[in-house]
Amino acid sequence: MPGDPLLAVRGLSTWYELRRWGFLHQGWVRAVDGVSFQLAEGEAVAVVGESGCGKSTLAKTLLGLLRPLRGEVWFEGRRLSTADDWRWYRRRVGYVQQDPYGALPPFLSVRRILEEPLVVNGVSSPSKRRAQVVEALEAVQLVPPEEFLTRFPHMLSGGQQQRLVVARAILLGPRLLVADEPVSMLDASVRAEVLQLLRSLQQRHHLSVVYITHDLSTVRHFCERVLVMYAGKLVEQAHVGDLLREPQHPYTQALLAAIPDPDPDNAKRLRPVPPGEPPSLVRPPEGCRFHPRCPAAIPGVCDRREPPDFQVRPGHVAACWLYEGARTVTVVSAAEGAESR
Amino acid sequence: MAPLLRVEELRLYFRTAAGPVRAVDGVYLEVGRGRTVAVLGESGCGKTSLARAILRLLPRNVAHYSGRVLLDGEDLMDLPEEQFRQEVRWVRLSLVPQAAMNSLNPVLRVGDQVAEPLWLHGRVRRPEEARDHVAEALRRVGVPTEFADRYPFELSGGMRQRVAIAMALVLRPQLVVLDEPTSALDVLTQANLLNLLKTLRWELGTSFLLITHDVATASELADDVALMYAGQIVEFGPAERFLTEPTHPYAQALRASVVGLREERAPQPLPGRPPSLLNPPAGCRFAERCPARFDPCGQAPPLVPVEGGGRVMCWLYTQEASHAR
Repeated sequence: MPGDPLLAVRGLSTWYELRRWGFLHQGWVRAVDGVSFQLAEGEAVAVVGESGCGKSTLAKTLLGLLRPLRGEVWFEGRRLSTADDWRWYRRRVGYVQQDPYGALPPFLSVRRILEEPLVVNGVSSPSKRRAQVVEALEAVQLVPPEEFLTRFPHMLSGGQQQRLVVARAILLGPRLLVADEPVSMLDASVRAEVLQLLRSLQQRHHLSVVYITHDLSTVRHFCERVLVMYAGKLVEQAHVGDLLREPQHPYTQALLAAIPDPDPDNAKRLRPVPPGEPPSLVRPPEGCRFHPRCPAAIPGVCDRREPPDFQVRPGHVAACWLYEGARTVTVVSAAEGAESR
Repeated sequence: MAPLLRVEELRLYFRTAAGPVRAVDGVYLEVGRGRTVAVLGESGCGKTSLARAILRLLPRNVAHYSGRVLLDGEDLMDLPEEQFRQEVRWVRLSLVPQAAMNSLNPVLRVGDQVAEPLWLHGRVRRPEEARDHVAEALRRVGVPTEFADRYPFELSGGMRQRVAIAMALVLRPQLVVLDEPTSALDVLTQANLLNLLKTLRWELGTSFLLITHDVATASELADDVALMYAGQIVEFGPAERFLTEPTHPYAQALRASVVGLREERAPQPLPGRPPSLLNPPAGCRFAERCPARFDPCGQAPPLVPVEGGGRVMCWLYTQEASHAR
């Protein structure tokens, strides 16, 4: 049905169990704790946050590599609950890893690397496999493909390796790509190239993309919406332009203020930074998880009750008590945001 | 007045099975008193090797090491190793190594580590004296003094990084080399640490040589920028010019490939990759990727002075360029 989200996530929690001597339960690391969002078909969202905020755990959950403890994941209108559902789902999701060199088997040629998923998924005709491999290489602009087929990963530059990883991810024609920090290991001049490739594939094949990153300065041109994560929770969701122009959550504001632009005046002034460090995910603070560091924290409120998602404007929500007058929402859809533009 | 540090024709080659790797190949660099120079370059361009060459922290497989490193007018290359260790390294020149937060000794208490250079260089004679020095060094970098009794694993990454900086500053050297001081840290921790480095600069007047791959980090601290490409400094000059009107075609392409958070334009990728340092091209090393390439680029370009200070290694700014047009 048009307008239906491709992926819908409600109250998703992925926790890791802490044990002593391998069996005594010690507690939980709440890496992803009650996350809800939707992803429309052909839409790219960035999940932004600092290390340890749970964004990679969210990526692994969305890839079906970790089973969530609680919450619902819906894909193409089907709720994923049984192992069969997840297996069906995994064929429709592509994974772009962070470290291209680590993600590519060093002793396999490009041809073997790309044929492997086809063999596993039952494409038995060698000529058909070859055609698909060549097509994937062309799609990621590793051309002419014949030249690359016999090469090994170490013979490729960092940017080419990452494009090979992308080729492998799109080989089976997925509907969704999960890219976990796809450019953080690459040099600045190569980053733009890989991100532009992902963007063009997204638009050409009408793919949806979840782009996990810690680098807000790369999101503007490569996604429609941004989800900001802090200590296992989504604290703000908005269209990329709105978020960069008018961040609402104090954490997002602090994050944006801390990022320098290449400006000669930077060296002359100090940057405002909130005190402290992100909380432990084993015993997160009560109420809003950012309240111990928040300059705008309201005593008696922020340290007691957990803020729901308040809708600041259509398509823009912030989990923050400062916006208590606004209406609350359970899940923000991409369509709402689109109306406001 | 002569600059604090002046590096001329510095070369450092490493021996490998495939032949010598020319990691640093004829580098020319200046650091003024109280100034911060950012050595900016992409991975593999030789910027960490340059730092090691200046501090003479060499691995075993050095094939060739030559040039001049003048500190306060004195050529450090002439000093025998023992004298260099006793009088220069850490006393006048110190280093905050890459991933410094993981370079602390895990079995030594933080305070004992910071005190180590003081003992080795005979600055303290009694433990109480060392303790006072350490407390002051930690206070200076914003680490609570009671952390002196802790082990590195009990500190967060940002705090460990600060301890490494305290160690580099404890003998009050004239120049501190910072090798990628913020690259492994989160955005907010990074901003915090850059604030600290700025404050230290203003308060102590120490000179810094900042090694980084990140244009934005360079803009936070640098007075001057030295842009490195394939073992050479291709552009050197005031940070302001580099950030607003870069001179060398590589500098221009690099600036275009990086967009700031508040910039609306789309980033322009730079196609191709740097040449191998095993046998780099005889001419300009950027020529293969350069949009402005013309005839003379097949030969090694000269260092041309630029208006407003600094130099650029490019044929475009010579007589040949005006003849060619």
